[in-house]
Amino acid sequence: MQEQLFQKKIDAEQKIEPKDWMPDGYRSHLIRQISQHAHSEIIGMQPEGNWITRAPSLRAKMILLAKVQDEAGHGLYLYSACETLGISRDELNSQLHQGKAKYSSIFNYPTLSWADMGAIGWLVDGAAIVNQVSLQKTSYGPYSRGMVKICKEESFHQRQGYEIMSEMANGTKEQKEMAQDALNRFWWPSIMMFGPHDSDSPRTGNAMKWKIKRKTNDELRQDFIDKTVAQAELIGLKIPDPDLKWNEERSSYDFGEINWDEFWGVVNGNGPCNEQRLNHHIKAHEDGEWVRKAAKAYAEKQNS
Amino acid sequence: MEATIWEVFIQSKNGLAHKHVGNVHAEDKEMALQNARDLYTRRNEGSCIWVVKSEHIVSSVPEDEESFFDPSNDKVYRHPTFYKMPDGSKHI
Ligand SMILES: [Fe+2]
Ligand SMILES: [Fe+2]
Repeated sequence: MQEQLFQKKIDAEQKIEPKDWMPDGYRSHLIRQISQHAHSEIIGMQPEGNWITRAPSLRAKMILLAKVQDEAGHGLYLYSACETLGISRDELNSQLHQGKAKYSSIFNYPTLSWADMGAIGWLVDGAAIVNQVSLQKTSYGPYSRGMVKICKEESFHQRQGYEIMSEMANGTKEQKEMAQDALNRFWWPSIMMFGPHDSDSPRTGNAMKWKIKRKTNDELRQDFIDKTVAQAELIGLKIPDPDLKWNEERSSYDFGEINWDEFWGVVNGNGPCNEQRLNHHIKAHEDGEWVRKAAKAYAEKQNS
Repeated sequence: MEATIWEVFIQSKNGLAHKHVGNVHAEDKEMALQNARDLYTRRNEGSCIWVVKSEHIVSSVPEDEESFFDPSNDKVYRHPTFYKMPDGSKHI
């Protein structure tokens, strides 16, 4: 009965709010998805943070700093939304530290050159935007409102990345090579960000029925590819996929088979930087312990 | 033990009402205000911020929506369209 009422609300495009009745499966799906999203924003600060002190100009440094700060903000909006489902921030962190909660695999790849800052902004934020734009219409109110706020902030992220790529692609021969190399390394991991094919994604059914997700992994991936190919061409870079071809009938690009062994390898902890990323997060969390304690002691003293 | 959760309300422009935007974790009210500023006003979103401990918010229950808001529905005379105005009356 309650479940029918709930589904009726969803079908009528109404939002579900924290105190509304919801099926356990809806709640746990949201906790998993939103926490994974939050952890991705926070872990995603590392590969870019790596370049803040080595940015090639003051302008580039200020931009990168502001971008990384935004990502911290995105993580916090999402933790906030997740907490409304009845799980604490401590529990969310501990799930991450124990490897029970995932984050996007893309952040387990290293950032080897300045061009990678361009590739990340353009491709990784670009892919995230495609996903997040569709999630603005997710059925859970706090998640939806978080997405609206995040989307407003994201557009500068992608543009600053594309600007870096465009400048390097039109720069010296070495710069152009660096830009192409960054695209070569980040292209496939970026299109893997949308997750497995719909046919291999057992939870998609419920997520679509409950309108947590509004488009499937494959639909989102196709959207992203169709948007991005012309941008690469415009700045004279080549997408590293020999099977990439315009399909007149579908009005979309056909593309090559994704290396799913690599994808699952990285998801399951064997990417180039999994250990480093997680250890760094754990260390930062533990190093901050005394600050949290001091703040608490100070607040208690004020109140006594 | 986790820090307290504070709900954040922002007045986007002088003269407008404060609007709920989300929450922050903080140990005391000063820290709550500073965290709210850093998190929710990085692009001049506001001219004033309120923070309120989440535990102090009292909410009605969505399940009781109908009965809770019922009394206002049958008082149609609260709406201006309820009244018959004489033909030709203006500015009223
Ligand atoms: Fe983000
Ligand atoms: Fe971003």
